[in-house]
Amino acid sequence: MKGAGAALRHDSALKHTTGEARFLDDTAEAAGTLHAALVLSPIAHGRLLALEDAAARAMPGVVAVLGARDVPGQNDIAVNEPLFADGLVEFAGQPLAVVVATTRDDALRAAAAIRAEITPREPVLSIERALELGQNVVAPQVMTRGDAARAIAAAPRRMEAEFRAGGQEHFYLEGQVALATPGEDGEMLVLSSTQHPSEVQHVVAKVLGGACHRVTVTCRRMGGGFGGKESNASWVAAVAALAASATGRPVKLRLTRRADMLATGKRHPFLYRWTAGFDAQGRVLGLEALLAADGGWSVDMSPGVVFRAVTHALNCCDVADVTITGCAVKTNTVSHTAFRGFGGPQGALLMEDVVHRVAAACGLPPEEVRARNFLGAPGKGEETPYGQKVEGDLIARVWAEARQDSDWDRRRGEIAAFNATHPTLRRGLGSMVLAFGISFGVMHLNQAGALVHVYADGSIRLNHGGTEMGQGLFVKVAQVVCDVFGTDLDRIAITATSTAEVPNTAPTAASTGSDLNGWAAHNAAETIKGRMAEVAATRFGIPVEQVIFADNKVWAERIGGNVVLEFSELAKLCFLERVSLSSTGFYRTPDIHWDRATMRGNPFFYFSYGAAVSEVIVDTLTGEHRCLRTDIVQDCGRSLNPAIDRGQIEGAFVQGMGWLTCEELWWDTQGRLRTVGPSTYKIPGSRDVPPIFNVRLLEGAPARSETIFRSKAVGEPPVLLAISVANALKDAIGVETLDLPATPERLLMALARREG
Amino acid sequence: MSATSIAFLLNGRQVHLPPGTSPTTSLLDWLRGPAALSGTKEGCAEGDCGACTVVLEGAQGDRRPINACLTLLGQVHGRAIRTVEGLRGADGAPHPIQRAMAESDGTQCGFCTPGIVMTAWAHAREGGEVHEALAGNLCRCTGYRPILDVFAGLADDGAAPPALPQEAATVFEAPGQVFHRPVTLDALLALRAAHPGAWLLAGGTDLGLRVSDHRERPAEVICLLGVPELHALQATPEALEVGAALPYAALLEACRREAGFAPFAALLARLGSRQIRGLGTLGGNLGTASPIGDALPPLLALGAQVTLASVRGMRRMAVADFLKGYRVNDLAPDEVILSVTLPRPAPGDLFVCEKVSKRHDQDIATVGAAFWLRMEDGRVAEVRLAFGGVGPIAARAPRAEAALRGHVLNAASLGEAAEVLADEIFPLSDWRGSAAYRLMVAQGLLRRLALRGSNPDLPADVASYAVSP
Repeated sequence: MKGAGAALRHDSALKHTTGEARFLDDTAEAAGTLHAALVLSPIAHGRLLALEDAAARAMPGVVAVLGARDVPGQNDIAVNEPLFADGLVEFAGQPLAVVVATTRDDALRAAAAIRAEITPREPVLSIERALELGQNVVAPQVMTRGDAARAIAAAPRRMEAEFRAGGQEHFYLEGQVALATPGEDGEMLVLSSTQHPSEVQHVVAKVLGGACHRVTVTCRRMGGGFGGKESNASWVAAVAALAASATGRPVKLRLTRRADMLATGKRHPFLYRWTAGFDAQGRVLGLEALLAADGGWSVDMSPGVVFRAVTHALNCCDVADVTITGCAVKTNTVSHTAFRGFGGPQGALLMEDVVHRVAAACGLPPEEVRARNFLGAPGKGEETPYGQKVEGDLIARVWAEARQDSDWDRRRGEIAAFNATHPTLRRGLGSMVLAFGISFGVMHLNQAGALVHVYADGSIRLNHGGTEMGQGLFVKVAQVVCDVFGTDLDRIAITATSTAEVPNTAPTAASTGSDLNGWAAHNAAETIKGRMAEVAATRFGIPVEQVIFADNKVWAERIGGNVVLEFSELAKLCFLERVSLSSTGFYRTPDIHWDRATMRGNPFFYFSYGAAVSEVIVDTLTGEHRCLRTDIVQDCGRSLNPAIDRGQIEGAFVQGMGWLTCEELWWDTQGRLRTVGPSTYKIPGSRDVPPIFNVRLLEGAPARSETIFRSKAVGEPPVLLAISVANALKDAIGVETLDLPATPERLLMALARREG
Repeated sequence: MSATSIAFLLNGRQVHLPPGTSPTTSLLDWLRGPAALSGTKEGCAEGDCGACTVVLEGAQGDRRPINACLTLLGQVHGRAIRTVEGLRGADGAPHPIQRAMAESDGTQCGFCTPGIVMTAWAHAREGGEVHEALAGNLCRCTGYRPILDVFAGLADDGAAPPALPQEAATVFEAPGQVFHRPVTLDALLALRAAHPGAWLLAGGTDLGLRVSDHRERPAEVICLLGVPELHALQATPEALEVGAALPYAALLEACRREAGFAPFAALLARLGSRQIRGLGTLGGNLGTASPIGDALPPLLALGAQVTLASVRGMRRMAVADFLKGYRVNDLAPDEVILSVTLPRPAPGDLFVCEKVSKRHDQDIATVGAAFWLRMEDGRVAEVRLAFGGVGPIAARAPRAEAALRGHVLNAASLGEAAEVLADEIFPLSDWRGSAAYRLMVAQGLLRRLALRGSNPDLPADVASYAVSP
């Protein structure tokens, strides 16, 4: 099988392993290329009085020092989000200026020599403090159904609680980088490691004071994105473009890892406060919750993150009477941004905390309590509080299968026996079930474009608005095109994303890459195929419906018959017949809508489901812990590429596990991030992967919505499955809640508290 | 002495750098810049991510993965380096490892991949535990499963060892820089006496960071790699005598081989990564005198001695006396560390090395500890308890030691010692852990000793359970 559904490997895999695959910084630099380095604020909050840059300007190689006043267009990369601090300094790590020099070392040395004169102000550094002050970057969004207060008051039992989840650094292996080359008539060509070339284009045009038609942005591949190159790539590129515009020479800005970790946003940390009413069977009858995200200093993408946290706060569960309030407070920290899951994983933590605490209060296993509250469980509805129908049968099914795969009952017994005998170590079992809505919460982003050319020799060139960050989007979309034309993959040239080829694109984000671009490319290819079929029908003297594209050939009436043209012969014929072999394709997700005022609608095209069971072991003397085994069942619909999808599931799970266990962002009391490199910020290593790691795709479950070949998105949902590890840790040490990440320190402290 | 050019083998071919090339340019910057070999990537420039992994090919065919970001050009003089571009066969075909990694879905974004391929190429020959091999390579996309599958099936390609260039050059100069590479101890000591401010460069895992991450350009460097005495390793029934510039990789092999040192070997296997151990040295850990150096608590627990040399002569002192304060040691400006003597634990001695960190591999200890106890008549006769990460210097805990001496080793006596410990260690809070947590861990590690001592067959730590079936 060559087309959709085949487990083909990543199109660049061999180029990756031989080192041939070119990342942005691998491209040979044009003569005269300059290098840029950022000057970052050492202080979290204050008034910028002056930059002492005279010494730096005199240093070897320095060509320019540029700041807010040197921006020819708007010093604003969004809405009131200055590219360079202008007067007000809002976080430690905020860009104040850029040094441009003949070598990167010269630029870095000069940048380090610049002193900022800043009058400090008292920074706001915690969600709690910002809540007290009532300062938000996203005003409270309230999602209500029924009367939560009354239901809680009327419930047999009642509980209040609070907990926290930390943020997460993307740690894409390739840091942020852009190369801007000025052309004539104000043109600017920008190579950017970005998930969102169109936004880079807009921001560059805005900063330079020009129009989009003069700015071309391309991206062949990123060395990882994870949401971190959705909005943050834009300002990095804008700095390079500003410097290129000011000097008239190509300028590359490649952030050091430290600058990258200081200046670019991360996953939003959250504070949760909730009150629930429930019965003795663990059914949650009413729930009121506040989900307060730390938005950092600016809006960035926080509204979308809050939207997703609020819409995923009940996750796979139903509570009839519910009020969920989400907000993003303003603090003097880096502006938190998109990160795989985009608030969904943080939202889902709420219901897990409710389930585990209610279970403990009722003396029931959390799995039992969760299942009793499933959407579609007896006595429970099958609709989200915002009014969208969810497939309860699939929730029940993924959980039943994961439970069975994990051999739950037998291992419960084994673990109990171990815990009864080992003097200091404790094992635990935890689970997670997810229902994740697929579509951008911002409705207009649910669109995509593609551009397909068939050349007269029968070769095919594919371009679309999606970007490749390792997730295998390019091969998946190429498989769709193969499927349409009935050709092999090697006939298709996969090309760099470019705003000059497909304009006005959405970011490659929200797991929607293959859903949107797959359809767009499909539509482009179908248009060309239709024209080619007409030509073939005339040649064969048959009705057009009887022309079949398969096996790199075009057949009359049946595959394997005598009347056949090579695909390349037909392409040549179309050219001679003056038939266009080029087409754009466009797609907009149907049937989605959202009313921001009432917080109701059908914002998601469909839901993805999954379940996991994890086992851990904890040392009660030190808090050290390890995950021993994980079993996952993930719904991918009818997978476009099971090998790629499995990779996404495994990678998302391990990344999620990092977020919830070892990855800890640590700010000092002055608001300076101190974990600014891999020596201090620890992402999972190979040993942290569960030694037994069983992952499988849910079988026989094509998407019920009209997705591309009935496949489902897979990029983000499995991040939530890592919550099974956090739940297993709770089980191991006998607590019902944990602040996250569950570092050895948090576990040991939780144990100490439990023992009084 | 005359200035000469740096020469080495790169992917099997002899390279002579133009005279005047800065000897403190990182190998990574040189590969990606002048050499136009962009397959080797920069992920962090601090030796932690492994995207820049290249392999040092030994004369005996041994393969040592190292971080090109921390390796300076002057250090590769006379050695052989292989990069991802150098793995293709004579016919230009990808190496079988490159094929296997591609065909097993071992790449997603592909940025970490060249480094992982080089680690795999070295591992195919060197063998050993797979996570130990991979500890120095971070992948953010795959979740490692497919990479581990490839590592499980690696086969050595049997490629012949390189013929290392015989290079006698002893000094490299660049504008504003001089890089000395003495090849005798006498020359080294004379240079040290003449240039007390020069960087003393062995593996460069600390100093290389100043170049790679902080972009420093030192004026004077004295490289220790060419001095045989600093690379010696001698085992006697009483001790291991370890040259100060011997890479940890070689020390780890020795400790695995030598009776009594297995606990130290297990700790060394967690010191940095294979890449770091390929460069880093015991002399470096003592030279920086950082309180979080992994190797220091075991040296203190074993009662190790350090030998210092200068043109004035040699002297020998206990490591405990050598470490004076936070990043301060007893080294005189004209002295170098020659060797370290590790007394061999006797059969029956209890010797335990511990390290607690956020991540098991390639992490810096939140708390490090090493315990050595000699029992007589079922009671603790002699004891040394050493901790790192819980104060300005790695140090022993004499009051806790006193609390154990003369007692039966059990949960009660260790609990007592743990209580006493609270009165003599005063850790700081930072990103690796709060002061309160560090104290609890230090106490917990003492309590864990009860289990390790009384029931050695029952694994006492989580790592022992987290193993592939």
